[in-house]
Amino acid sequence: MNTLLEIDNLKTILHTGKHPVRAVDGLSLKINKGETFALLGESGCGKSMTALSIMRLLPDTGEIISGTISLEGIDFLQLAETDMRRIRGKQISMIFQEPMLSLNPVMTIAEQINEVLKQHFELTNATAHNRIVELLDQVGIPDPKRRMHEYSFQFSGGMKQRAMIAMALAGEPELLIADEPTTALDVTIQAQVLDLMREIQQQKHMAILLITHDLGVVSEMAQQVAVMYAGEIVEQASRENFFNQPAHPYSQQLFASIPEKQKRHQKLAVISGTVPPLSKVFKGCRFSERCDHAMALCHTTVPQWHDISSGHKVRCHLFDPSMASTGSTPQSSITSDATIPVVQKQAAQPLLQVTNLKVHFPIRKGFFKRIVGSIKAVDGVSLSIAEGKTLALVGESGCGKTTVGKSILQLIPPTAGSVCYNKQELIGLERQQLRPLRSQLQFVFQDPYSSLNPRMRIIEIIQEGMASLNVETTLSTQLCEQPPGAATSPYEKAVDALLECVGLPKETKWRYPHEFSGGQRQRIAIARALAVNPKLLICDEPTSALDVSVQAQILNLLKTLQNDLGLAYLFITHNISVVEYLADEIAVMYLGRIVEKGQMDEITNNPKHPYTQALLSAVPQINKKTEMDMIKLKGDLPSPASPPQGCHFHPRCPKAMPVCRQSYPEVSTISSTHTTHCHLYTQEHHSTHHEH
Amino acid sequence: MPFDPVILWTDALIYLLLLLVVTFIWHVRHDAHFLTPWRRVSHSASGMSALTILFFFFTIGFLDTLHFRPALEHKNIHGQPVYSVEVLSVLDILATPLRTNVEKTYSAPLATHLYTKETVELSDGTQIRTFARLEFGGSHLNDPDSEHFSDIIYRIFKGITLGLFSWIIVHIILCSMMVRATGQSMKHCCLSIWRRTTEVPWRAILITLAIVFILFGIVSMLATHYHVLGTDKVGQDVLYLSLKSIRVALIIGTLTTLIMLPFALLLGIAAGYFRGWIDDVIQYIYTTLNSIPSVLLIAAAVLMMQVYIETHAELFETIAARADIRLLCLCIILGITSWTSLCRLLRGETLKLREMEYIQAAHAFGVSHWRIITRHILPNVMHIVLIAIVMDFSGLVLAEAVLSYVGVGVDPSMISFGTMINAARLEMAREPMVWWALLSAFCFMLTLVLSANLFADAVQKALDPRIKTFSQNTNSKTESDAKQSTTEVKTSTASNKPAKHP
Repeated sequence: MNTLLEIDNLKTILHTGKHPVRAVDGLSLKINKGETFALLGESGCGKSMTALSIMRLLPDTGEIISGTISLEGIDFLQLAETDMRRIRGKQISMIFQEPMLSLNPVMTIAEQINEVLKQHFELTNATAHNRIVELLDQVGIPDPKRRMHEYSFQFSGGMKQRAMIAMALAGEPELLIADEPTTALDVTIQAQVLDLMREIQQQKHMAILLITHDLGVVSEMAQQVAVMYAGEIVEQASRENFFNQPAHPYSQQLFASIPEKQKRHQKLAVISGTVPPLSKVFKGCRFSERCDHAMALCHTTVPQWHDISSGHKVRCHLFDPSMASTGSTPQSSITSDATIPVVQKQAAQPLLQVTNLKVHFPIRKGFFKRIVGSIKAVDGVSLSIAEGKTLALVGESGCGKTTVGKSILQLIPPTAGSVCYNKQELIGLERQQLRPLRSQLQFVFQDPYSSLNPRMRIIEIIQEGMASLNVETTLSTQLCEQPPGAATSPYEKAVDALLECVGLPKETKWRYPHEFSGGQRQRIAIARALAVNPKLLICDEPTSALDVSVQAQILNLLKTLQNDLGLAYLFITHNISVVEYLADEIAVMYLGRIVEKGQMDEITNNPKHPYTQALLSAVPQINKKTEMDMIKLKGDLPSPASPPQGCHFHPRCPKAMPVCRQSYPEVSTISSTHTTHCHLYTQEHHSTHHEH
Repeated sequence: MPFDPVILWTDALIYLLLLLVVTFIWHVRHDAHFLTPWRRVSHSASGMSALTILFFFFTIGFLDTLHFRPALEHKNIHGQPVYSVEVLSVLDILATPLRTNVEKTYSAPLATHLYTKETVELSDGTQIRTFARLEFGGSHLNDPDSEHFSDIIYRIFKGITLGLFSWIIVHIILCSMMVRATGQSMKHCCLSIWRRTTEVPWRAILITLAIVFILFGIVSMLATHYHVLGTDKVGQDVLYLSLKSIRVALIIGTLTTLIMLPFALLLGIAAGYFRGWIDDVIQYIYTTLNSIPSVLLIAAAVLMMQVYIETHAELFETIAARADIRLLCLCIILGITSWTSLCRLLRGETLKLREMEYIQAAHAFGVSHWRIITRHILPNVMHIVLIAIVMDFSGLVLAEAVLSYVGVGVDPSMISFGTMINAARLEMAREPMVWWALLSAFCFMLTLVLSANLFADAVQKALDPRIKTFSQNTNSKTESDAKQSTTEVKTSTASNKPAKHP
C-alpha cells in the first residue's frame, strides 16, 4: 500500500472558555494515493478542526498537543512555518465550504491563481498566463481567457467553487482537502462540482480528503469512509462495507434518521440528545449517552478498535470478540416502532388559494431613481393548499420560493395576483386589517440562529405573538393535558403547554436563545408559531441548517403536529428526501414560475418536466440500486432580472427544441392532479386552463 | 438655614443622568443577558484600574455639583437671612484654603516667594525690588532658605504615611467583605488577591488605589501650607483651578451625549427601519450637517447665544447661573453637531437587523412598529450606543478645550481646562516662562481622557459580539460556535495569508 498521508494519534485542543475543548482527540487515519477518503460526522464533531490541523492553519486559540501528521514521511508538526508554506498549496490544498468567503473580492480570479503559481513555481508571465487558462479550462469555466480577468462577484456560486478548485489544483497537489465543498450549493450545481472533482481525481491521480455530513455525497464519492463522533473516529470501512453493513450504533442511527419515501408512515429514528460538549472529560464510550445499545460497560470503559472484516473496524464494545456471548450485534435492527397513524384526509376545501401571484422588485438607477427594469422574483405562481395537507415547494436557491412564502404572509408586498385565505383576499389589506388573519397563517424560518431575538427570554418570545394578537389560549387545553400547579397566568400556562408539545421542558422558558442548540431553537420557533393557533404553517427550509439526526426530530415533530392539530403546511425546501417523506403534493419552481405540480407519487415516480427530472436525478443517492442516469444540467440559474426568452429553462434543457426559444409553454395536463409547463407534452389551450 | 441650595440647569441634568445610570445598573443586575458582558468588563485589569481613577474624577465632579449660596452674617429688615450672591459648591468648602489663599500674582509650585520682582518697603522705610514673600505659601517658615526643603520632605513623608494608612484600612475592609461573601479565611482572601486568582482584578485596583491615596495624602499635607501647583496671574491656586475644571470636562463629556442620544437613536433607527422617504430625508439631514465645518457652526451658535444672554441679564440671578446656562448651551450645540456619526452607525445596524428573521416573525404576528423598535431593535443596538458614548466622552472633553482656546467655549468666568490652556498661551510666551498652569491642565486632562479611553476599550472588548462567541461556550459548546469560529478562521486565512494556501 502506498500511503500518502498518515495521521497518528492527533490531539488538537482549543483554548476557549474555562475548559479546553478537545476538538480532535486521538485521531488516526491513513489515506492512500489516489483515494477518496470521506470523513463523515455531524457538526461540532471536530471534522473541520482535523482539516485545519493537517494544514496547520488552526485559529490562534487552537493548539496541536500531540500526534504526528506525515505526508510521504515528512512530519508536518516538526516543520518550520516557512517550510510549511511551501507545502500548503503545493502538496496539500484545501477547498472551503463557502466559495463566497474564500475568494478575495478585490482580486481577479487570475491574480488569485497566479499567487499560488508564483509561490510554488518559477514561471514567466506568459507561461503563468497559459497555465491559468489551462486550469480554468480544466474545471470547466467557459471562455477562460476572458473570465480569468473577472472578479469573484461576477461569478455564480458554482463558478466560484470551480475557480476555488482551479486554485487548489494550481500547485498540482497530491492531496486535496475538501471541507464540505458542496454544502452551500444547490443539488444540480452540487452534482456538477462532485462530477468535476471525480474527473480531476482520475486524471491527476490525486487523493481527496472529503469532509462532509451528507451520506449521499459520501456514497457517490468515497472509497474509504471514516465516521467521526465527538473528536474521534468511531468506525472506518470501505464504502461498500459501510453502506451495506454499518456497524457502529451511531452510523446505523444516522442511516435510520434519513427521511425517505418508504418511511412516510412512521416516525423517523431519532438520536436522542446532541453531540456532547467536547470540553468535558469522557470516561467511557462517547456515544454511550445517546446509544440504544448502551451497556453498563459502555459508560465506564473506553472501547477499543475491533475488526469486523478486512478493512472494516469499529470502536464499539458490541463487537468485542470477548463480549460476543453477552451482546448480540445490532445488525441494522434500527427501525422505528412508532408509526404515525394515517389520518384519512378528505379532499377538503382549499384553505389557501394563490392565483397568479407576482412579486417584482424594481431595479432603480440614476439620481431620480428611475425604474429601469424589474427582477421578477415570482412571476405568476398559482397554488392551493387544502386543510391538513402538505404542499412542498421545491426549487434551487434563487428561484423565488422564499419570496412566495413571504408574499403570501404579506411580509413582502406582492405586485399582482391574489392570495385567498378561506375565501378572504389578503392582498391590499392594510396592516391593521391583516391583524385578525395573522393568527391563521404563520411562518417558520430557515435559520434558527437568526429567527429568535437573542435579547429576549423564551417566554417573552413565545408570548409576543399571543399578546400582540390577543389570542385565546385554547391550544393548551386542546393539545396537551394541563400540568397541575406551577404556572399562574393563562399566558404562562400556554407557554408551558407549547414547550411541552414541542418536546422541551417547561423550565426552559426562563432561558435565552443562545443557551439552546440549533434543533432546540427550531422547536422554539415552531412553538412560537403555534402559539397563535394557526391553520397554515409556511415552513421555509426549517431543517436545512440542521444535522440529519436533528432534522429527523423536527420532521417527526411537524408530522405529529399535523396529525394532532390538522395543520396545513407549505413546505419550502430544496431537499428532495424531506419532500418525499413529508409532502402530499409537490410544486416544482424554476425562475419564478411553477414548472410542474402534482401529487407526491406522481412527481417522484414519473417526473415529466426535464427540470424536475434533472433535479431528482441530481440528488445523491445512498442506495443506488438502479443505476439511474444522472441528467447533468449545464450552467447556472439565469438571473431573474433578464430571464431567457421563451421557456425559462431552455438554455439548460437537454431536450430543448426550437419552439422552446420562442414561447413560454402553456399548461399540459398529465392527470387530473398532475400538470406541467413543457413543450414536450401536448399543450392545452388557454381556454381550458384551470387551476386545481 | 445657613445656606440656600441652588440647583443649576446642568446640576439638574447631572442628577437625571445619575438616576438613569442607577436605573440602568438596577436593570442590568436582574438581566442575565446584559450582566454577562458587564461581568467581563469587571474582569479586565486595565479597565478596572481606569474605572477606579474615573471614580475619583466623578466624585470630585459630583462634589462640585452640589451648589448652594451661604448665608451672610447680617439679616434683612424682615429678619430673614440674606444669602450671598456667590454660588459655592461642596468642593469649594472642602478646598477652602485653596480657594481663599489668593496670592498677588504668579508663583511657582511649592514656592515661598513670588515669581516676579516687586518693590517692597522694608521695615526701615527703604524700598528695594526683590521677590516678595508669599502671603500664604510657606508663610509658616521663619527662614525659608534653610527650612523650606526639609519642611517639604517632612510633609511628603507625612502624606505618604497618611495615604498608606488609609489604603491599608481600605484593604482590610475589602478583605473582610470578601471573607463575608466567600466564607474563607482572611489570609486566604488576601493571598488570592495578590496571587491574582480572584475574578475581579482586585490587585490592579488596589495598586491604583495605593497610588491615588499616596498622591492624595501628599497633596493634602502640602496644600495647607503651599501652593502645590503654583498660582496663576491673579494669584489663584492652580490646583484649585484644576479641580474645578473637572466638573466642566465631565459635564461636556456626559451631558452632550445625553442630549445627542435621543436624536441619534430616534433618527438612526427610524431611517434604518422605515427606509423609503424617511430614510432619504434623515440621510440628507445628516449628510448636510456633516459637511458644515462644525467649529464654524458652533462658533456662530455660541456667539449668537452670548449676545442673547448679555441682553437678557435680568433672567439670571447669579453669575454662576449665567455661566451655567452658557455651558448647557454649549453642550446642546455640541450634541446637535455630533449626533450624526452615531446616527449613521445605528442606521446601518438597523438596516441589518430589520432583515433578521425574528423581526420578520414579529411582523408576521402583527406586532406594531413601535413595539418592534423598542423590543427587538433597541436592545440589539444598545451595545453600539454604549460603546459610542464611552468613546465620544474623551473626544468631547478635548473638544471643549479646543473651543475654549478659540474663544467660543465656556463663559470666561467659568474655570475649565480650555480657559486654563487659553491663559497659558500668554504665559508660555513670557520670560521667565510660566509652565505650571499648562502642565497641570495637561496632566489632569491626560489622566481623565486616558482612563476614559482605557475603560472604553474594556467596554468595547466585552460587548463585541464576536469576542462573545469565543468565551460564551463555557456551559455548552454549541454548533454555532464551532461553525462561527471556523468561518472566522477561513475568512482570516483567506484574506490575511493568501500565499499560504491556494
